[in-house]
Amino acid sequence: MLEIRDLHASVAGQPILKGLNLTVKPGEVHAIMGPNGSGKSTLANVLAGRDNYEITGGEALFDGKSLADLEPEERAQLGLFLAFQYPVEIPGVSNMEFLKAALEATRAAQGKEEWDSVTLLRKAREACKQVDLDPQFLKRGVNEGFSGGEKKRNEIMQMLLMEPKLALLDETDSGLDIDALQTVAKGVNSLRGPERGIVLVTHYQRLLDYIVPDFVHVLSGGKIIKSGGKELALELEQHGYGWLTGGQNGDNGKEDQTA
Amino acid sequence: MSSQAELDNSELDRVIRSEYEAGFTTLVESDTLPPGLNEDVIRVISAKKEEPEWMLEWRLEAYRHWQTMQEPNWAHVQYPPVDLNAISYYSAPKSMEDRPKSLDEVDPELLETYKKLGIPLHEQEMLAGVAVDAVFDSVSVATTFKSKLAEAGVIFCSISEAVREHPELVRKYLGSVVPKGDNFFAGLNSAVFTDGSFVYIPKGVRCPMELSTYFRINEANTGQFERTLIVADEGSYVSYLEGCTAPQRDENQLHAAVVELVALPGAEIKYSTVQNWYPGDEDGKGGIYNFVTKRGVAHDHAKISWTQVETGSAITWKYPSVVLRGDHSVGEFYSVALTRHAQQADTGTKMIHLGKNTKSTIVSKGISAGKSSNAYRGLVRMGPRAENARNFTQCDSLLLGDRCGAHTFPYIESKHPSATIEHEATTSKVSDDQLFLCRQRGIDPEKAISMIVNGFCKEVFKELPMEFAVEAGKLLEVSLEGAVG
Ligand SMILES: Nc1ncnc2c1ncn2[C@@H]1O[C@H](COP(=O)(O)OP(=O)(O)OP(=O)(O)O)[C@@H](O)[C@H]1O
Ligand SMILES: [Mg+2]
Repeated sequence: MLEIRDLHASVAGQPILKGLNLTVKPGEVHAIMGPNGSGKSTLANVLAGRDNYEITGGEALFDGKSLADLEPEERAQLGLFLAFQYPVEIPGVSNMEFLKAALEATRAAQGKEEWDSVTLLRKAREACKQVDLDPQFLKRGVNEGFSGGEKKRNEIMQMLLMEPKLALLDETDSGLDIDALQTVAKGVNSLRGPERGIVLVTHYQRLLDYIVPDFVHVLSGGKIIKSGGKELALELEQHGYGWLTGGQNGDNGKEDQTA
Repeated sequence: MSSQAELDNSELDRVIRSEYEAGFTTLVESDTLPPGLNEDVIRVISAKKEEPEWMLEWRLEAYRHWQTMQEPNWAHVQYPPVDLNAISYYSAPKSMEDRPKSLDEVDPELLETYKKLGIPLHEQEMLAGVAVDAVFDSVSVATTFKSKLAEAGVIFCSISEAVREHPELVRKYLGSVVPKGDNFFAGLNSAVFTDGSFVYIPKGVRCPMELSTYFRINEANTGQFERTLIVADEGSYVSYLEGCTAPQRDENQLHAAVVELVALPGAEIKYSTVQNWYPGDEDGKGGIYNFVTKRGVAHDHAKISWTQVETGSAITWKYPSVVLRGDHSVGEFYSVALTRHAQQADTGTKMIHLGKNTKSTIVSKGISAGKSSNAYRGLVRMGPRAENARNFTQCDSLLLGDRCGAHTFPYIESKHPSATIEHEATTSKVSDDQLFLCRQRGIDPEKAISMIVNGFCKEVFKELPMEFAVEAGKLLEVSLEGAVG
């Protein structure tokens, strides 16, 4: 469902991704790990179509369609979801209002039946419960004054409702306490299914104890430099990235010079 | 126009006057007066309205004083001078024959906007001035409405009717809040006003329904010099709605209304406005100039609350104010002003604290798009007797794009050491991050912007009566279409 071939991309004119390859098939869970600044969030943002994130070479296909040709909302309507590393606040716009607009737009585009407001409210409450968020949060402004962990849970709550085909989770585990980590993992697992793909960006092996990935990749210097099974994450936990990056710690600029 | 005062003996004045040689009687019989303003014109207006002598005298006094006044130029707006001698100061409502016969004859662009706002067909006809017989639902609604009000002892009628039927009330309160010579536009209005509303709520009565100009039938044309007077007697309550969300077109470019509110001890007046006058095209051509004087006086323990949503007009010059005369009186001002294209708004409020323990709250939200200019101008004055007076002002501006401007002009005058004044101001842009979050969830950018802007205005919208709030939200959405590029 996701085919990335020799992807080059730059952020605000600066090259960050430098020939990245990744294939995600329906039903698979991929974990992407890698040092700070290696380009993990960049990859997620490029796929989701953020402004200033420009594909300069190669291609990224989602269900056979070139993502470069699609507006961000069109990608979302096709079923691509990004849980943000740093969810932004939208003061005064209630979570519920926001969900309603999002679900109206995506469900219609996907030919799913429209939910009336009663159904929507019921589903939203259920989703809240799944990630252990008080339904009162539905009335509050989107992420407005939420704690770090609450913001992350709010992202997963939205994901559960939107039932995306491909979910990109950017460090959803950071900032979560241990109990929340389990709750969120349970939420994500409930979405696992034969027709769905999940890409997890994480720094910690611990999340992968709960959401067991089919593949683990190491991203460094804008490329995937190693791929393996779930054991790879354990190795990384023990040895760090040094043995893979040749002593460099993945800093993008330096990596470029050594390459 | 600053030359207005000098005109008396000028050549131009003679030319204008010559048009009236046909004589007074013919003028009274005609439907529309020739352009120009002089004492005869005022006499004609008064005669046509069958006004008592005192009313005519009042108008003439206003006119004589107005002639000595100058048009203000301190506001942050620019416009070519309005030729006050090119205006006809009286014209009877258009007859049925002159109006469009059906909606097919109405500007399709206007109809498109009505559709987007979800305005029912029969209301569209009324708004567009279509000649339909008075078979609207609103007639029967209005009839039930009137009898209900009568039961409660509430008077709700046109100001002309009030001058004839309730002279004692009108004489007592007209001009008591906004004096005839208050400012240039109010002075002009006092001389030539032709219509508007009058409301009186008797002692201790809670008005059984929201009063809306919309229901005041038999006045199709509100006209350009509207005059509204609302008197809430001791311990009474009234909520009054002015305007509607549908864009109103008007051949008259200049609008200079006066609204006076009197809240007697313990009374509460809530005055909500949604104003959507035609703003003109992208260059502001053809738009309405809206110069309004709105003020209320709150006596002991009384409360006056202004809520306004302004999206229309080429130029808005408007400062709904409260004079907190009585002890423990409360004044509130909640405002959303949206400007786009070439619109210019200079709006805000004045809170004049005279009594002890008086309290005022100001929440102003300005949204600018296109190459528009949006200014907030607020005065908070604590008088020498205003012990423990308190004011809180919050003034937020939101910019869409980088060709527009927002300006804040707070004026604070405190003559009492125990008074507290808090002022908060912010300017923000719709951030790319917010927009991207919405789009990533499948929401198109226009909808996203309108949602974010609505969120920004929430504190004000929640002060509006429910239905009005929903309409106002929709109005913003329609007004913002095309604001993102
Ligand atoms: N707007 C920008 N302008 C210039 N450089 C940028 C911009 N945004 C990101 N970068 C750079 O791109 C590189 C990759 O950043 P990215 O956020 O993708 O890293 P990451 O792998 O997600 O890191 P982390 O683990 O810290 O979240 C970094 O060196 C970062 O500084
Ligand atoms: Mg990151």
